[in-house]
Amino acid sequence: MVGWAIAVHGGAGVDPNLPTERQEQAKQLLTRCLNLGISALRSSASAIDVVELVVRELETDPIFNSGRGSALTEKGTVEMEASIMDGVGRRCGAVSGLSTVKNPVSLARLVMDKSPHSYLAFSGAEDFAKQMGVEREENDYFVTEDNVGMLKVAKEANSIVFDYRIPTTGYESCGAGVESPIRMNGLPISVYAPETVGCVVVDSQGRCAAATSTGGLMNKRIGRIGDSPLIGAGTYACDVCGVSCTGEGEAIIRGTLAREVAAVMEYKGLALQEAVDFVIKERLDEGQAGLIAVSKTGEVAYGFNCVGMFRGCATEDGFMEVGIWE
Amino acid sequence: MVGWAIAVHGGAGVDPTLPTERQELAKQLLTRCLNLGITALKSSVSAIDVVELVVRELETDPTFNSGRGSALTEKGTVEMEASIMDGSGRRCGAVSGLTTVKNPVSLARLVMDKSPHSYLGFSGAEDFAKQMGVEREENDYFVTEDNIGMLKIAQEANSIVFDYRIPTNGYESCGVEVENPIRMNGLPISVYAPETVGCVAVDSQGHCAAATSTGGLMNKRTGRIGDSPLIGAGTYACDVCGVSCTGEGEAIIRGTLAREVAAVMEYKGLGLQEAVDFVIKERLDEGQAGLIAVSKTGEVACGYNCVGMFRGCATEDGFMEVAIWE
Repeated sequence: MVGWAIAVHGGAGVDPNLPTERQEQAKQLLTRCLNLGISALRSSASAIDVVELVVRELETDPIFNSGRGSALTEKGTVEMEASIMDGVGRRCGAVSGLSTVKNPVSLARLVMDKSPHSYLAFSGAEDFAKQMGVEREENDYFVTEDNVGMLKVAKEANSIVFDYRIPTTGYESCGAGVESPIRMNGLPISVYAPETVGCVVVDSQGRCAAATSTGGLMNKRIGRIGDSPLIGAGTYACDVCGVSCTGEGEAIIRGTLAREVAAVMEYKGLALQEAVDFVIKERLDEGQAGLIAVSKTGEVAYGFNCVGMFRGCATEDGFMEVGIWE
Repeated sequence: MVGWAIAVHGGAGVDPTLPTERQELAKQLLTRCLNLGITALKSSVSAIDVVELVVRELETDPTFNSGRGSALTEKGTVEMEASIMDGSGRRCGAVSGLTTVKNPVSLARLVMDKSPHSYLGFSGAEDFAKQMGVEREENDYFVTEDNIGMLKIAQEANSIVFDYRIPTNGYESCGVEVENPIRMNGLPISVYAPETVGCVAVDSQGHCAAATSTGGLMNKRTGRIGDSPLIGAGTYACDVCGVSCTGEGEAIIRGTLAREVAAVMEYKGLGLQEAVDFVIKERLDEGQAGLIAVSKTGEVACGYNCVGMFRGCATEDGFMEVAIWE
């Protein structure tokens, strides 16, 4: 028996001018989700069940960029994606291009458990959702006023931005505070704050699991797939650890970030925090991202190379921390 | 200056009773594609351009399961996918769910070079194709008689099969020879022969590149995404090597197979062939797959744990081999 451990995130890259009340709201949500997971772990729920239930909660709350509250495509619609991985046997499931599924992470779980495939997308994934009878909603359930406003701002700036949870009236001060506008793939990003959500858990049997869910990039092209549903990039779990990433999708994909943490533990013998630090430092080049991770021995760690990451961690010995900044 | 090297594949897992004339056809195509790549490499074409042009040729020929000749979905349509990666800077591009694009690998290249994203799928990818003005065809261009026959058999067997290039009237003898019917994700696979195509190359500057393209599984659900478009799973290229995989998609995804070859070279200091052997042996569990790889120092290697892989390799010092079996 090892001590359990859990971490949640709500996105890496946070505007330093984020209004305090928004910061508080975010921390309250992270705390609530952490506590949900902790209760489940204390009741001996398995890691794979815990990551799913926690990410469901993050998707259902409109604060972060997943499920309800997802970033909008260039057409004002949502195309949600998620992946989940069970360290036991490295089983995995992923979905992309969802437009009506209330909890994408649960559909990803069904792909893993109830389909012969690993990854279903777009209308095929929606068909599977209908077949599985998961909860579904109309598009406007997922669309929040804040995001409608952000899309407008993004279009005016003719840029793809990370969804950023600030009121549009605060945008001017936010933009002013940012000294070096972030660029991604050559496009200016006026406001830099992706809020993909994720959860990683190791249960008392030492089993690791990970799940990640997102609406993707604000003003993205229809059909754009990011790192969150990609096994080895946004999500990974195996015998030794569970990892969920967030940030610049392209950098996470190129860096196979989630797999990398496990690989340096397995092949270089690094411990969890060392592995996380190594990966953040060495695999991102000029890309900006963050990640959370747990190890089979009950450790929890996180790392990010950008300004801030919404996160929370807890371990069985009573340690608990919710933070945004360094 | 290092010697260049190139490898191509047309799928791992080949029925041992494949009629001789089919084997010859396949070997002729592999030889032709290899020679196309060799000519380009001798003219100092870069690795990324070589892998694209070779995979285009494989897609255009109906023999293997990509582009024209793609496996069919449960609905009798094609949904093609591909990915390409440039070891220089680890830039990458991928597409899924294509129905009209004559050369999926070239659209993946355009995603990499001409879009702010890394991966586009389904109708969004088709929109991008129209915008880019790539060559497009009606669905029946891609559908071959052989595949219509295979789909029928698969549906009768109520199974998902790998696309297998045998005449339908030879099927009866083929099934008989297979002693242990392969199963994938709990479904029986009556005929086991995925024919995803791929190419890896290292040019005389030591730059590596890789590309993979496929129609996916015969009788797959619409919306099913396999390993071929997933960076780190079916395709990977970096400073040290270029890798393209083929076989059971789920096993390749779970094993992050293509990235793994590079990871054990980087982190365990293995040479190319050692790395390939290690990955095939250690990362596949009961999954069946194969891969081709090149290293920045001009080596080429292949490995597979199933019966046969259509492949060809060549190096600048004059070595050339085209084969199917051990």
